[in-house]
Amino acid sequence: MNTIFFKLNGKEVSTKSDANKPLLWVLRDEFNLMGTKYGCGIGQCGACTVHLNGNAVRSCLLPISQLQGEEITTIEGLSAKGDHVVQKAWKEVDVPQCGYCQAGQIMTASAFLKQNPDPTIDEINNAMHGNICRCAAYHRIRKAVMLAAKK
Amino acid sequence: MMQKKVEMDFSRRDFLRTSSLVGGGMLIGFNFFTACKPEATMPVDLASLDYNDFNAFIKISDEGMVTIFSPNPEIGQGIKTAIPMIIAEELDVPWQHVNVVQGALDTKNYVRQSAGGSRAIRLGWSSFRETGALAKQILINAAAKRWGIDPVHCTAKQGEIINNRGEVLNYGQVVNEAALLEQERTKKEENDKNAIAKRPVLKNPKDFTIIGKAVTNVDVDKIVTGKPLYGIDFVSPGMVYASVLRPPAFGKVLKSFDDEEAKKMSGVIDVIRIGEKTQKIIEGLEIPNVLLTKGVLNKSDKVVVIAKSIWEAMNAKKRIKAVWVDDTPSESTEDHDEILLKLLSGSKFETRRKDGDIQEAFKNADKILERTYESPFLPHNCMEPMNFYADVTDSKVHLVGPTQTPGWAADLVAQLLNRDLKEIELQITRAGGGFGRRLFGDYVLEAAEISDKIRRPVKMISSREDDMLTGTYRPAIKYRFKASIKDGEITGYHIKEAAINGTMHPTIPHFFPAGAIENYQVDVAYYQSNISTGQWRAPHTNFLAFADQNFFDELAEILEKDPVEMRLNMLKRAAKNTDETIKYSAERLKGTIDLVVEKSDYYTTKKGVYKGLAAYYCHNTYVSEVVELTMEGSVPKVKKVYVAVDCGIVVNPLGAKNQIEGGVIDGIGHSMYADFGFKNGVPLNSNFDSYRLIRMKEAPEVETYFVENNFNPSGLGEPSLPPAGAAVGIALKKAIGNRTMKQPLIGHIPANKLTDRQDS
Repeated sequence: MNTIFFKLNGKEVSTKSDANKPLLWVLRDEFNLMGTKYGCGIGQCGACTVHLNGNAVRSCLLPISQLQGEEITTIEGLSAKGDHVVQKAWKEVDVPQCGYCQAGQIMTASAFLKQNPDPTIDEINNAMHGNICRCAAYHRIRKAVMLAAKK
Repeated sequence: MMQKKVEMDFSRRDFLRTSSLVGGGMLIGFNFFTACKPEATMPVDLASLDYNDFNAFIKISDEGMVTIFSPNPEIGQGIKTAIPMIIAEELDVPWQHVNVVQGALDTKNYVRQSAGGSRAIRLGWSSFRETGALAKQILINAAAKRWGIDPVHCTAKQGEIINNRGEVLNYGQVVNEAALLEQERTKKEENDKNAIAKRPVLKNPKDFTIIGKAVTNVDVDKIVTGKPLYGIDFVSPGMVYASVLRPPAFGKVLKSFDDEEAKKMSGVIDVIRIGEKTQKIIEGLEIPNVLLTKGVLNKSDKVVVIAKSIWEAMNAKKRIKAVWVDDTPSESTEDHDEILLKLLSGSKFETRRKDGDIQEAFKNADKILERTYESPFLPHNCMEPMNFYADVTDSKVHLVGPTQTPGWAADLVAQLLNRDLKEIELQITRAGGGFGRRLFGDYVLEAAEISDKIRRPVKMISSREDDMLTGTYRPAIKYRFKASIKDGEITGYHIKEAAINGTMHPTIPHFFPAGAIENYQVDVAYYQSNISTGQWRAPHTNFLAFADQNFFDELAEILEKDPVEMRLNMLKRAAKNTDETIKYSAERLKGTIDLVVEKSDYYTTKKGVYKGLAAYYCHNTYVSEVVELTMEGSVPKVKKVYVAVDCGIVVNPLGAKNQIEGGVIDGIGHSMYADFGFKNGVPLNSNFDSYRLIRMKEAPEVETYFVENNFNPSGLGEPSLPPAGAAVGIALKKAIGNRTMKQPLIGHIPANKLTDRQDS
């Protein structure tokens, strides 16, 4: 069993987890970070989205063995006080219904806006298409991404 | 056996209760159940829901801050924000001073503690207000006593009590005295039941300062920062995880299994078989029984992998070699199609409403139109898969997790484990969606049976596949409509329903167009399947609305009338009908049509934009919607939806609109894309790679308007969903020239019709 060293929300951490164990479960089981959610386990719903070196990835499909030396940010590490521009927009628009998918939505949106700070609506729709919201709060998710982009 | 238990619980709880908090503060609990007994129960027809009653808890700190316990489960419908708003309004405290806490299951102090049927606000409105108002009066009484004056010389506002001499005390300063007064009052009432009759004075709605204001979801900070809120996030020391292997097909039961390989997998603690206790309950039931039909109990035993983590448990489960045998014959979608169509053409119906004589109307008709509309099974697919925590010990049973019916779940666990209900402690977590799935406590029972067997705290978590393959689905339903036309009018109207496992709720036959057509009949029939089915957001109406609204438009085409005008004329007739069994107000439904026609500019045509209007009443709320649909090549796309809603007083417009927008897009998504079938008892989809849910690119803009009035509020969890798919169907017909009568719409449109007619 190898030790994997990686950076998690700005801190150097390590794990001796099974090499095949997906990051999602390492985050939840070992680091007690419950914000990243299990939704489908096959990368289809986006509830488990985190940032890998700044890019949005599905943590349910990412074996921990691939993370040696990499940098991971989860919803808990997106901002110190929940005041990232996307989080603020989410609150202002009052996006969540059940709220379960929202951490994943926010992680997708924040990575996207970093790469494309001034997106068109079509670009927003494309970027957010991989994240399912079963409550179908899509109308407000779109509105919040647009609001965050403006700021 | 179950039914009796329900009634007993009911009467036992039907009185006021209160208690004083240890360490200061006032805790008040009320039961006004008898004061708000519903005139008509809504389409969640489980008798079980009635033992989840309602109640409210208020706690006031010495500083005057208020904690309000929200008793009903929060499943995304916004109830955890709305109920405390109502209580805080009448208690008269600034909303910023309110802290909201989810109440645990408390059968002693709360009533109607459930989420289902869009009922919490509608049925709780008066009592939640009285809860706040009575607490306010008691606080005033305490202040008056301290001042040595009569309470009539005092008023309270914004957390402060003021007397006629201009002296002020805040709620926190008198809370301990108030708590003592409350104790005295309660004792008196327990001795003399008649003392309960005195009701507190409620505010005039024009004086509301919280109700009607846009209030943000009380959990929003925690949600956007990823705090543990959900059942799946709950952990306790020493907790282990369980992954359950259930029958791979409906109709099969477990014979034996080989766990040798699974036991060798990393993290695996044990592999066990459960079901013995479940089977004991089943032995006492008539078959079929509602608990089996809804999938709460399963005739098959199950294999459970216990492991240190859920990932390890799920992995090891794949290595179990189980032998399954047939218990009942397996069923397929093609069988169901044949069976339901046969039912529709047969004569074995139960008549649910009969006005005039439809046969006579058909005999004298100039023209008769007959159509069959068809819908598939649907899984609920809550984003948070079914899960529950159980810790069964000799002294108590501790349960934690997401459920829409905590009272029912606790009762079932008590029966299953042969424990006193008092030993069951159930904590409700925020639920990652409900949609009806979490009405059914199969997963709670599993967790309890597992923990009982291994005597350790355990969390059962379903994988997405487990969740989709072993659901309590929306049943497939088919409707046959037949209408007669004579001298340019609809003279007869016959609705026949053929459904899997059950019929429409008894109130539905009395919805529109009942009362608008002289000869009108609703007949129902069902086929008992071994596939478990249950309520799915807006049961039966979620498809019935599509069927009857599209059928109206077909009739309008034959009559060469404007379909909206035709509806308005029908409503005019219904408005004159004095039949008291009619469940809706024709005027209020008309009000939403007028509003949506105006706001959507319905009669202005736009090139390439096809409009559909649907108007519907269900769950005591009136909703009309106009869909604007375009064709992008061969793909129909809903661009915009205008919604007009009459739900009476809107408690929280921000949350209300969120529900409405979500219901609309959910309705569009499922009617356009969602399909779920079976082959030899095996569901044909198991995850989101093959099961299509609506996503961002398909989601339209939604614009919502409320009819303003002062009617008592009705619920919003379901009512915006049924007309959405209906309006899409109507718009789609205009776009492609053919009416699609089978859902999902995508998949049942003839390929050669998928072109834009460009003629509107």
